[in-house]
Amino acid sequence: MMRHARPPAVLWLSATLTAIGVLLPLAYLVLRASGAGMELWSLLFRTRTLDILGRTLILVIAVIGISLAISLPLAWLTQRTDLPLRRMWSILTVLPLVIPSYVAGFVIVAALGPRGILQQALAGPFGVERLPDIYGFPGAFLAVTLVAYPYILLPLQASIRGLDPRIEEVARSLGHGRWDTFRRVVLPQLRPAMAAGVLLVGLYTLRDFGAVSLLRYETFTWAIYLQYQTSFDRILAAGLSLVLVFMALAILFLEFHTRGKSHYHRTAASVSRSPAYVKLGRWQWPALGFCALVVLVALVMPVSILSYWLVRGFSGGGALWQTTGYALNSAYVSGLAAVVTAIAAISVAVLDVRYPSLFSRLLERITYIGFALPGIVIALALVFFGANYATLVYQTLALLVFAYAVLFLPQAVGSVRSSLLQVSPRLEEAARSLGRTPLQVLAAVTLPLVRPGILAGAGLVFLTTMKELPATLLLSPIGFKTLATSIWSATSEGSFARAAFPAVLLILLSSVPMAFLIVRGG
Amino acid sequence: MKLSTMGRVMVFLAALLVVIALGCTPAAPTAPPATPTVKTQTLTVYSGRAEGLVKPIIDQFSKSTGINVQVRYAGTSELAATILEEGKNSPADVFFAQDPGGLGAVESLLTRLPDSILDLVEPGFHPNEGRWVGISGRARVIAYNTQKVKESDLPDDIFGLTDPKWKGRIGWAPTNASFQAMVTAMRKLWGEEKTRQWLVGIQANNPKVYANNTAQVNAVGAGEIDVAMPNHYYLYGIMQDKGESFPVRNYHPRAGGPGAVILVAGAGILETSKNKEAAEKFVEFMLSPVAQQYFAGQTFEYPVTKGVKTHRLLTPLSDIKSPEISMSDMTDLKGTLDLLRGTGVVP
Repeated sequence: MMRHARPPAVLWLSATLTAIGVLLPLAYLVLRASGAGMELWSLLFRTRTLDILGRTLILVIAVIGISLAISLPLAWLTQRTDLPLRRMWSILTVLPLVIPSYVAGFVIVAALGPRGILQQALAGPFGVERLPDIYGFPGAFLAVTLVAYPYILLPLQASIRGLDPRIEEVARSLGHGRWDTFRRVVLPQLRPAMAAGVLLVGLYTLRDFGAVSLLRYETFTWAIYLQYQTSFDRILAAGLSLVLVFMALAILFLEFHTRGKSHYHRTAASVSRSPAYVKLGRWQWPALGFCALVVLVALVMPVSILSYWLVRGFSGGGALWQTTGYALNSAYVSGLAAVVTAIAAISVAVLDVRYPSLFSRLLERITYIGFALPGIVIALALVFFGANYATLVYQTLALLVFAYAVLFLPQAVGSVRSSLLQVSPRLEEAARSLGRTPLQVLAAVTLPLVRPGILAGAGLVFLTTMKELPATLLLSPIGFKTLATSIWSATSEGSFARAAFPAVLLILLSSVPMAFLIVRGG
Repeated sequence: MKLSTMGRVMVFLAALLVVIALGCTPAAPTAPPATPTVKTQTLTVYSGRAEGLVKPIIDQFSKSTGINVQVRYAGTSELAATILEEGKNSPADVFFAQDPGGLGAVESLLTRLPDSILDLVEPGFHPNEGRWVGISGRARVIAYNTQKVKESDLPDDIFGLTDPKWKGRIGWAPTNASFQAMVTAMRKLWGEEKTRQWLVGIQANNPKVYANNTAQVNAVGAGEIDVAMPNHYYLYGIMQDKGESFPVRNYHPRAGGPGAVILVAGAGILETSKNKEAAEKFVEFMLSPVAQQYFAGQTFEYPVTKGVKTHRLLTPLSDIKSPEISMSDMTDLKGTLDLLRGTGVVP
């Protein structure tokens, strides 16, 4: 009965505003691309475009595949086994998410590039003169994977924690083996979280610029940037961006069709007791080795190279003090973005899950488009609308935060949504039957129950906002500097040494809320 | 029924979102642009030149004129795109760009500079229409590894790099704006056909592609490649870090030609600027002996005004056989890109 009730007006209002925000960049792209003539078509239908399209798709598929292969065992090991130092591994393996992709790119070139650290190390004892070329697919694949796989791992960890162990026990008691239970009972329950993560990894790979440009792998996003950078051609860039939008829509459509109609919630509000941990026995060592390898490559390598640059190029305290100010700016604006985005995400997710309609479905899907577009496209779209139609907020924090929300909304939507799917609507129905209005139910029952999802979503938005660059450069109030922009300005002058301090600070500062999120969630 | 604390927080936050979102609702396009709340003497500069390079001299300008300067730092092309999107509502007064291409892209939005400013520089350092002016010069060079190549082995003209003996030894950064400006110069000096031959010839030599000039020069130093095609000053920046023993030197092609062309970073004033007087003072200051000396000494660039000494490590301008080419010819990026795309050099 409750399902047919009308959603509270606040939800509608917030969701509609969100939809407008998400559609602005699309409107901008259509506007720009419609100014193009035949030139656009001839550019789009060159074989080279198909080439880039193919490369982009290969990268997307490869990154999704390897991210799943890394994340599934990691999530299971850290949540359901007696792996030593489980808590530590579960934090460390997610932390690479805080590393900006342009930093990961620099680090991989420095470590694995020709004449890089690895080659130098091997040259002495083994006389290795040449390493296999890191540029192109291998390097881009590695760099994007390192910063993107936590998008799958994070929701997967949360989802495994939220599983009701009794379902598995029932399966076991009915004679299913451990593996069978995992495949037929656990895996299907993890599907929403996995799908949400796969979606984010796929879309993130589509839009990544830092890593692919530094490692010289030509994807669609790089091609779009080149239009701006080399020809100042906004029309062709818009045309290429629309192709990217179609690719994103295809991914979204595919993901939508993998969603079943199954229910994922249990009737009780909380787990009555924690699940039995699987004893690893002699598998403990390979398991530890696997965790250590991931942490070594994805976290220890980048952080130690940055620290090396930091120590080598350390210069005076004045710059340090200034950088601390930038850190405050970063944290402040990221916090605002997290809050605003979380609210928008709640309205979208609640509408989609509890009040399904064509509108709510569509809305949930289109929020993802912003995440698939290169930051520069979203930034310029908001420059156009802001400077011409919203001069009051143009180049203020309000518009900047709005831009972050458009960019990062799906991260929060995905995590709130999968959390909400695990909450039984019966609880809300009970509250309704006791005379609460839908809004009261939302505030008193639903939100407290999905709080882990909200926190995780807001946390993700916070972390990605910390490292966001193009929108920050173009839309921030003039003179407003963040850690990300100071890394950019140091590297644009070719100085890794000066980039190292803000980069290390960015990673440290982001690690705190990240660790908190995981610990609280666990 | 009272809302829980969580609920009240939610309502407050929802209200906040509404306020923010409403701020972005399109107003009537005819509404007058809100004048930025600035005091009479605040200048807004969009700088495509890096903060570390230009901030000290901008601070000096503020100090000596009392004019407060706000600077937005970003890439030249991103800022050019921003100015184009902002159109007549651009808050910028001055666009300080890294290369002629960026200035050319927004030329229609720039105002003509007074002759008193244009006359400060050599005639070659501003376009004929005078909508922007060069502030500092940079020479295109062939950077070579001194342990692997002797200067005398380098070709008289950059066309010589198409010789098969350079196969696998060359690096370039074809997406770099200065590289593209050099190709524009090639088209003017050599014509389309010879330029195409050069591009095809270099590609036949399997050049290593770099994202930017610093990467190129470092790669020459590391012996990854023997020669590269950057601007002259990256080398000196690196030598500051690594010392003069860094095994790379610049070579200005001895027969001149497009490989020895002098490019400029420049500035223009926006037509829509409401602080044109202060903006002119700014541009004028950047061409003053103090600022020119700063660029020569700190960023290793060539001064564009007379009577300012170049850095001791640099080849004096008079010793470079740079080709005669007008800055107006340097802004035709469109044709260059068609050529670069047609030959598959850039996507």
